[in-house]
Amino acid sequence: MPTHDVLVIGAGLAGQRAALAAAEEGVSVGIVSKVHPVRSHSNAAQGGINAALNPGDSWESHAFDTIKGSDYLADQDAVEIMCREAPDEILHLEHLGVTFHRNEEGKLGTRAFGGASAARTYYVADITGQAIMHVLYEQLMKHSEQVARYEEWFCTALALDEQGECCGVVTRNIADGSMELFQAKSVILASGGNGQVWKPTTNALICTGDGIGMAYRAGAKLMDMEMIQYHPTTLAGKGFLITEGARGEGAHLLNRNGERFMERYAPNKMELASRDVVSRAEQTEINEGRGFPDGTVALDITVVPRKRVHEALREIVLVGKDFAGVDITKEPIHIKPGNHYTMGGVKTDVDGRTDIPGLYAAGEVACVSVHGGNRLGANSLLDTLIFGRRSGADAAARAKRTEGSRPSKEVLEAEQEAIDAISAREKGSGRRVSEIKLDLGTVMDAKVAVFRDEAGITEALETVQRLKEEAKTAYIDDKGSVFNQDLLGAIELGYMLDNAECTCVAALERKESRGAQYRTDFPERNDEEWLKHIDLQLNDDGPEISYSEVTITQWEPEERKY
Amino acid sequence: MAEYTLKVRRYQPESGEGAYWEEFKVDLDPTLSVLDGLLQAKDRDDGSLSVRCSCRAAICGSCGMKVNGSSTLGCKTQIGEAHEQANRRKKEGVPPPMGADEQPPPNSAEGETRGPRTREPGREIAGHDERGQAGAEDAPIVIEPMGNMPVIKDLITDMESTHWAKIRRVTPWLLPHGEAPEREYVVEPESMIDITQSMACIQCGACVSSCLSMEADPEFIGPAALAKAYRFVGDPRDAETKERLHDLAQDPHGIYDCTHCFSCIDACPKGVAPMDQIMRLRRKAGEEGIEDPNSGHHHELAFVKIIEKKGTLDEVALPKESFAYGIKGKLKPSKRAIKEVLGALPTIFRTIKTGKVRTKWVAPHHKLPGGAQDDVKAIFKHAEEHREEFNLYIKGEDEDLIEPEPDEQTEETLTAEAAAESEES
Repeated sequence: MPTHDVLVIGAGLAGQRAALAAAEEGVSVGIVSKVHPVRSHSNAAQGGINAALNPGDSWESHAFDTIKGSDYLADQDAVEIMCREAPDEILHLEHLGVTFHRNEEGKLGTRAFGGASAARTYYVADITGQAIMHVLYEQLMKHSEQVARYEEWFCTALALDEQGECCGVVTRNIADGSMELFQAKSVILASGGNGQVWKPTTNALICTGDGIGMAYRAGAKLMDMEMIQYHPTTLAGKGFLITEGARGEGAHLLNRNGERFMERYAPNKMELASRDVVSRAEQTEINEGRGFPDGTVALDITVVPRKRVHEALREIVLVGKDFAGVDITKEPIHIKPGNHYTMGGVKTDVDGRTDIPGLYAAGEVACVSVHGGNRLGANSLLDTLIFGRRSGADAAARAKRTEGSRPSKEVLEAEQEAIDAISAREKGSGRRVSEIKLDLGTVMDAKVAVFRDEAGITEALETVQRLKEEAKTAYIDDKGSVFNQDLLGAIELGYMLDNAECTCVAALERKESRGAQYRTDFPERNDEEWLKHIDLQLNDDGPEISYSEVTITQWEPEERKY
Repeated sequence: MAEYTLKVRRYQPESGEGAYWEEFKVDLDPTLSVLDGLLQAKDRDDGSLSVRCSCRAAICGSCGMKVNGSSTLGCKTQIGEAHEQANRRKKEGVPPPMGADEQPPPNSAEGETRGPRTREPGREIAGHDERGQAGAEDAPIVIEPMGNMPVIKDLITDMESTHWAKIRRVTPWLLPHGEAPEREYVVEPESMIDITQSMACIQCGACVSSCLSMEADPEFIGPAALAKAYRFVGDPRDAETKERLHDLAQDPHGIYDCTHCFSCIDACPKGVAPMDQIMRLRRKAGEEGIEDPNSGHHHELAFVKIIEKKGTLDEVALPKESFAYGIKGKLKPSKRAIKEVLGALPTIFRTIKTGKVRTKWVAPHHKLPGGAQDDVKAIFKHAEEHREEFNLYIKGEDEDLIEPEPDEQTEETLTAEAAAESEES
């Protein structure tokens, strides 16, 4: 049985940072990922990472912007920690070798980003996430004696001991299909978000909410699951992301009549208002007939100097050319709001601890909560690194003081049986897994998106519950052991449906509009009744609702204007 | 919507059978990708069709494959364009990849055909346009796993043993000077933009798949790993620049093992231009005066010298200039020069035997007609004076260089800048 003090599930930024932080404490670390680490979705974070590092800036200003952006649903103690620790984290990355953009003096330079009162976004062209992740992977290769890498291993379940503490995971080695039980004193979930529940989405095919699903099934609490970010600038149909950095560099949003419509919605910040505000503005323009016939508005990057576009936005020059056939340096590109980010997730404290002892969560899978109702651009990379590091350190400390227990073989056997049952289903016994995924993504994008109401969410929830039944008889074609992606797809579908159900239940429950949750039947924010988190925990009938307080330290909720 | 035929090189390791071709009919918008086509076939027809993929947007580097014989990312190749390319290749008579034109073998005992098979789409296709009316002579889009790597299953290759092992070979992490400063390292802004081009590498392996040198020498460190090496050699924060250059120059499978064939530049989906990074490593190694056992640096200088002098490559002069530059004019050639020229003899005989060099040793090398030789000299002079910038993060894509005209470009840039300024104020 592979045994480690700390086992990290997922190898994007949060996972790699957690593994390195744990290794620094001198414990044995394993990192398990269903794809090779550098394929992880942190790659897609283009624009940058926020930190109040400039002399004129302050962590308080960064914290206030984050809290205002969250529509006051973020826990302010957690935001304070993130913003205070941000500058040191940036410097740490720079020292490791991240090729951050420099100003003329050769020092770290910044760009402007949405919802921020100062230019405090540090970046590497528009490949910031990729650059940081590849540098962290360099460090994993350097520290291969301290950190064992299990690349292309898939987790199917968490193992709890008799005291209800997490003591390991069940995995499948994708290369040969063998099932393996891992023992660990601390397990850190860092497996990312659930964007694939929606279609289209900016998220990669691997973002299927695995960690949220596994933690939920093991009895952990989820929080803020209704808070799903729609990014203002995605390509219609395909869902590809155009970085907020484009607007940070000065690009305009235009409707069909050529108007900079943000004047009417956010006269001060214009295109750089928070994402929920910009997405709602765009959707309103489109719904009221001022969009283009393909259901989009335009992003005009031609106003940004050409040299600057090549230096700082080269990736989206390629995205425009390859995926939309548009030269963004010469003409506007059509965009619309699209599913992008899971603000909610597995409920944790500021050290990544969930309410299952020994189980941690960090990054998009987790909800600390620093993003509340709406995440600011360039705060997600920061979240992954700060709370990845804190989780890694705390998980290592726990490992040093605990004996650890051996996970029961029964968990492994149960997982093997479930897999055998999927493989045993004959062709035609039910629907294809791919059909169910398509139905799920379509209904979620139609009903649980920028604008929501009771009837729509209810319809989505009923569809999800029907699809859950159908998934029980869905069949796969591949019966083999080697790289059986078909089987993994069926397991992921299960996670996706649990994620979707929780989001619908929470969205139906929150009878107000806050951040990314905009209820047309409850269009106002209602602090009196709803300045609280919605927590969900699995019981016999599905998600059971409870509430928790929002931590307020020094910023009392006020009306949000941009 | 249009209908396309994907001809996929398949291998199912647990079947006990060898690789085979299978055709899938798919039905999708021409602007969608080859990967989208494969995923449609997987979703509708055969879930066992295996391909690594994740982001669908050319940033994760999972779906390296060969499309119509060229190494690329499946998600970055539009299916309509791939179809046109396949037809063009057929028209021009480019032979299909090995075995792709095989006729189906007779049915085996089990009645299972293991040759090209065609699966019909699972549903009726309504109203596809003219473009989709695939004629009888319509060429399929040919899809294969990447080259220079063992195949695990279908389009999935073993990148660990071929790609990642080589990446680890170049000590792929920063080795900085002493203790880190309190704040950031202060460096030239251009130096960061310079190495951002190699940082843009997503480790997809397309360059490795296309590398001709690696076909001849599987131990060649290769384009991806050497581009990664430049990311450190070019990084002013790294303290081991000289050691890295010595290491890569002296390894017989190192920087001088590249034959300058441009395949990796064509294949790279991210504009990393691995060969350019290798040339930068060579330039720096030359500047450091590093002597390498293959005389790679002198071979390179020999090329330059001969072309500048004669306009075209004089193959007879090349071995002497490359390997025995110390002999001419010296009464006692160095031991090293003698050793190298002797070592090169088998190569020299092979090139004569295969007709790669003229056999009339005494005949003079032919001259360029008219004033062409002066033109070549002018090109050399220009190249020496203006060190052309190859970094896409600095110069932009090719089309920017061609149009608009220089004057217009200046005007346009000025207008755009003025507009941006007036917006800000």
